[in-house]
Amino acid sequence: MQYDAVVIGLSAGGMNVMKIIFSLLPKDFSTPVIIVQHISPRSDSQWIGLLNDKSNLAIKEADEKEKIKNGTVYIAPANYHLLIEKNKTFSLTIDERVNFARPSIDVLFESAAEAYKNKLIGVVLTGSNHDGAKGIKRIKECGGLAIVQDPKTAESAYMPTSAMAAVKPDYILSLEEIIDLLIKIDKQKE
Amino acid sequence: MKAKLNQYTPEIEPHMQSHLAAIVEAVYQKYGYDFRQYSEAHIKRRIMNRMAMSGLEDISQMPSKILNDEEFAFKLLQDLSITVTEMFRDPGFYRSLRENVIPILRTYPFIKIWHAGCSTGEEAYSMAIILQEEGLYDRTAIYATDFNQRALNRAKEGIFSNKLMKEYTANYQLSGGKESFSDYYTSNYDHVIMNQSLKKNIVWANHNLVTDSVFAEVHLILCRNVLIYFERELQNKTQKLFYDSLINGGILCLGAKEGLRFTDLYEKYIELDKKQRIFKKKY
Repeated sequence: MQYDAVVIGLSAGGMNVMKIIFSLLPKDFSTPVIIVQHISPRSDSQWIGLLNDKSNLAIKEADEKEKIKNGTVYIAPANYHLLIEKNKTFSLTIDERVNFARPSIDVLFESAAEAYKNKLIGVVLTGSNHDGAKGIKRIKECGGLAIVQDPKTAESAYMPTSAMAAVKPDYILSLEEIIDLLIKIDKQKE
Repeated sequence: MKAKLNQYTPEIEPHMQSHLAAIVEAVYQKYGYDFRQYSEAHIKRRIMNRMAMSGLEDISQMPSKILNDEEFAFKLLQDLSITVTEMFRDPGFYRSLRENVIPILRTYPFIKIWHAGCSTGEEAYSMAIILQEEGLYDRTAIYATDFNQRALNRAKEGIFSNKLMKEYTANYQLSGGKESFSDYYTSNYDHVIMNQSLKKNIVWANHNLVTDSVFAEVHLILCRNVLIYFERELQNKTQKLFYDSLINGGILCLGAKEGLRFTDLYEKYIELDKKQRIFKKKY
């Protein structure tokens, strides 16, 4: 099975987790990666630049109407929901918070599931909120692949546990195993 | 087997686009509000939320419900109109406004400002506060417009929840405000009422950016977090409307994630503050 995009959701402890992800993903990882991390609405985009300096891949904040490209990691801007359109471009909205969060993981995952259908991989990582549970369920319903971090290995188990209660994931793995799996799937494309 | 269609299921996806088109068309034909060039993922999310709450069994029933049930249509209209806003939203923007835009406004004997998509008015009041502090408010008219009449009515009242004032005070201070923010309103139990002196030069008016045209020539336009909902073509059309409404040397302020780069008008402005999305129309 080939996949056209990976969506990842994380909250508590997310920053360290992101550093690990980006140190493990190789330069030739081609599938686009789209990330919602819960962050303060006031934080600016500087931290994305800092991550970019430490990464093998190009990391950038998602812009409205931007076309999603291979080999790129996109991060949802603070205080906006990030949605994916059918034509594989981004939309930003500031409607109400969902699960107390904006950006919300569910909002990204649901729109991504409907845009990519069975060509999408969804990953729920550490977090202290149930955001992402409805979204990963939608990904599964649309034929995509559902991966959840093993709660035993997550800094905060609440989000992975909530995701597992909503849907039976295809994989429950540690962070390092998830990255290995993503790399393996990405390699199959060639 | 009939799928359950009042909530999202993958089964409705093949027909989703035509369902959505029929729904926005019904809203347009009967009520004149045009969402036909709004971003689809956004419209779809709002419509599916309303669908789930509606008691309708099937999304294909929604167009006739819209045509025949004004109360339902009004609810949907509220769903489609995003009213989320704050006073001094993005304090860094208001700081830049004070530093970079106020000195330009000061050179005019009379100042006209258009706040397009003002929603419930929080940012129009923020503008009035800055102008008052800078000694410019008495020679200013703020035209604050929105297509959502309910939001406009609330804006006009100028009554906001007391719970929000702590956050707004922090925003105000971060934006460079030096006065006591609580002097701008009167607390009344769980609500606050904005001072009459802030309201006096704001004209609240119903105007739809999609279907209405230029109504004034102004020195400054603020339109923040409205264009993100529009498809590219409608963004361009609206930018043309703004360009035509500004005097030469006039200022355009957009939302933190909005820009001019993909419009035909990019060359016709100077960037006054790139990060805060403040542009000056060339002479």
